[in-house]
Amino acid sequence: MSRSDQVACEDLVMFVNAAIASTGQHEFRADAAQQRLSLAFLHEYVLGNYRDLYAATLALEINHFNAALVVTNLLRTARLASPAQRAREGRLIAARLRLLPPQRVYRVFRELRRLGVNNRRTRAIIRDWVAGRPDLPFDAVKYRRSLSVAARHAHLSLPGEIGTFLFDWRRPGRYETEILERWRRAHHDQRALAALPYTVAEGLATLHGIDRARLLTRHTPQLTRAERLRLQESARRLDVEDVVTVDLGRTPLTRLALYVLSLPRAERVRRRAALTEALRTSARRAAGRRAGSWGRVVAVLDDSYSASGSSAKRQRPLAVALAAHYLLEVLAADYTGLWLAHHGDPLLVRPTGPTGLGERILDGLERRPDRLVVVSDGWDNDPPGLAAEVLRVWFARLDPDRRTSVVHLNPVYDSDTFQVRRLAPDVPTVGVRDAEDLATLVELARFATGSATLAELRRDLDDRVDRFLADAASAGGPPSGDGSAVRAAPAVGDAGGVVGDTPAVVGEAVGTEVGVPYPEAPR
Amino acid sequence: MRAVTWDGWNLTGLTAGPGQRWGAVRLVPLLRDAPITDLRLHARLHDPDDPTVAVPGPRTGHVAYVPHAFVASWTSDGGPVAAYGTQLTDPARGRPAGVGLHLPRRTTRRKERNRLRFLPLHLALEGYLALHCGGPSVVWEEWNRRAVNRGLSPWAGQAYTGAEVAGLADALRVFEIHPGQCGMLLYVADALAAALVVPHPDDYRVLHPTLLLDLFGELVYHHAHLYPAVAEFHVEIDAERVTRVADLRAEAARIRAAWSAFALSMAEGLFGARPTTSTPVYRMGRFTLARFLPDFDPRQENHIGETITDEAGRLAYLKTFRLSAAQVRRGYLLSRLAAHDWNLDATAGALGTDRESLVRRLDRAGFGNLLRPEIIDAARRAARERDRRLRRSR
Repeated sequence: MSRSDQVACEDLVMFVNAAIASTGQHEFRADAAQQRLSLAFLHEYVLGNYRDLYAATLALEINHFNAALVVTNLLRTARLASPAQRAREGRLIAARLRLLPPQRVYRVFRELRRLGVNNRRTRAIIRDWVAGRPDLPFDAVKYRRSLSVAARHAHLSLPGEIGTFLFDWRRPGRYETEILERWRRAHHDQRALAALPYTVAEGLATLHGIDRARLLTRHTPQLTRAERLRLQESARRLDVEDVVTVDLGRTPLTRLALYVLSLPRAERVRRRAALTEALRTSARRAAGRRAGSWGRVVAVLDDSYSASGSSAKRQRPLAVALAAHYLLEVLAADYTGLWLAHHGDPLLVRPTGPTGLGERILDGLERRPDRLVVVSDGWDNDPPGLAAEVLRVWFARLDPDRRTSVVHLNPVYDSDTFQVRRLAPDVPTVGVRDAEDLATLVELARFATGSATLAELRRDLDDRVDRFLADAASAGGPPSGDGSAVRAAPAVGDAGGVVGDTPAVVGEAVGTEVGVPYPEAPR
Repeated sequence: MRAVTWDGWNLTGLTAGPGQRWGAVRLVPLLRDAPITDLRLHARLHDPDDPTVAVPGPRTGHVAYVPHAFVASWTSDGGPVAAYGTQLTDPARGRPAGVGLHLPRRTTRRKERNRLRFLPLHLALEGYLALHCGGPSVVWEEWNRRAVNRGLSPWAGQAYTGAEVAGLADALRVFEIHPGQCGMLLYVADALAAALVVPHPDDYRVLHPTLLLDLFGELVYHHAHLYPAVAEFHVEIDAERVTRVADLRAEAARIRAAWSAFALSMAEGLFGARPTTSTPVYRMGRFTLARFLPDFDPRQENHIGETITDEAGRLAYLKTFRLSAAQVRRGYLLSRLAAHDWNLDATAGALGTDRESLVRRLDRAGFGNLLRPEIIDAARRAARERDRRLRRSR
């Protein structure tokens, strides 16, 4: 492999890892500005040097924030692409936009407007996406400002009364469309509030002087799953927790782990059985058909102080480790989870103490598992560098045939080095955002050691892109399935619309992942 | 009490853990095998709202200590009082001795009850220097008001709070406190800047953030600015020596031990063999509070500080400040004065100068208020006369 190919491989792996792990938010060791600056550079660099590969990452499990950034950057620099490239990018962008939560997409549109990107293709992409929305009047109410920005920017002709609703809403005495009419009435009639999306109702409730407890009791059916989960504790404080119920078993695994960790330990002890059962159920659902297929697995899970994350990503690294614990328990036939400091029920874990990975990894390797999974931010400091040495010597002297495969999953992007921090040179490190993606990420890991050639990498990426586009085409919406090609997203449209979060709540309470659609929520 | 020359540190029970670096700052934890439970931080200094720390109750059977310059509301009317020198007290009886503070509004703006605070740093440090050399307590009270009313004294600009030392705040924030950690060696650009040892891990957790309120000489401040980052030490296992898992485990243990020994050897400037003068000031139960002074050799690291040791001389509490070059010179003057019982003529003789020069030197060093005004006036007058005569004769 030539030197340039090798560099290209490394660059791409570096970028994908970053795009999976980083959300441009405050982390334990770097603030939001550092993260964003570092990430913006990485995007520019990969876009400038490997445009094809950059576009192809849209077919991978990169997180919403980075997907939005990739889309914006591709559209911003469209004139540099050849017609063939543009056609492929267009299809990838359309497919990816359909997978993103609506508030993310609207934010992309607003960003395009801010940058003054308004060519024919951009307008067509906006038009197609808006046309594909299952319930546009609902969007018009919930994402009122964003939809009007998009409409103005792309010169959309909006169907029915929506145009009037967005741009001339004071004029009509009444609307024919039900939700628009409800929104109009809610300004002077409290009863109409109940049928509006929660975030909209919350704003109008202050107009009527309705307090939160009353709003929650009345509004329960409209809450999305993320809203329900987020409002659990505030419902408990307001003494309406029996009304705002949530089916924890159906909550995505990492989300659930974040929720569990947000509870005080005494509360976790009190609800131990229910919480553990919910985590196991959620893990079983995430594992799907892969359950029990991984043989003997040992996990080394980082519960050092740095796993407490930041004020923007509260306990995120710890939550990923906790979720990974329950997921691996399902995936493996025989599983052992080793925390750095914690003993006993993993439900009660808390982030404290130094990161002594070396000795724990040795404990894990000594059990001679088929796989050793390390979930850690990679700041091995007790003593520094011991983990790398232990791994090096282990494979040099004690396991030269590599019967144990080791993979390191890192939930934190290190903005200073433009990558997720590695443990050892010959151990693959992949970024991770949601533990649910763990199985797919481990497949990606073979590219992370730098042993694969660029040709292999390209072939693999092309396969993924083809599958991604085929899935997108066949679903007419997002590909549903076991998450082999893309982040498993619930099918859109079967309940008559997607209910998501609004951009206003990004990063609140349960970390940063917002707007996971909740098709089951009745409206 | 008599000052004794003291040339050995008894660090039994304390081991250094692997350091954590952040930029130019390296923080080395000091771990205790078993915490000392009969000497605890005074309960008044614990945050009553912090659930992670078990506050020792007001029971007899243990001795409480209050670090130097900590401000708390000891008085019945809730006025702020600073601990003047580290205090050893019986928690069941009374409140520790302290100095009443007359602070302008700006320094006491944050008036949360029982909140842990420090004195303004120049007061703390210079008070400390004077304290070490036996300056009378009246001077402190007097000087306190004067310095606060008139702003910074001329040399206060040479010390910086931890918050001003570049990168220290972040380093302390991201430092992962070890379980059982009872102390910290703080290096800036791999030069020892401060050491803190406490008897119990819970006390350490309370005091860890206060390192940011500590003061550091300009040496530390400049190092932090001039050195972008210190390097990580590289560890290596000799693969040839490993044939079984147990070997690898032994190698890991060896690396840990090597780290520990190395970290302590980096603190040679403090714990090294140089003689130190230590003055026991207070004894309570089995603990002795002492203040120690370096030999004020300008070519070496000079740390002053306070220790609490148990009956066997084992270190229970330690807090040091590294002196800057100017402070070493001032400290030298004070130590000479103290050595000659504050007798100006004897000191001047020992320094090979005359009385007036010594008085002027003290005045220039900022210790004028240690002396009666008429003595200084006389010295100044004599100097002026001499200048005038010189000029005339020219």
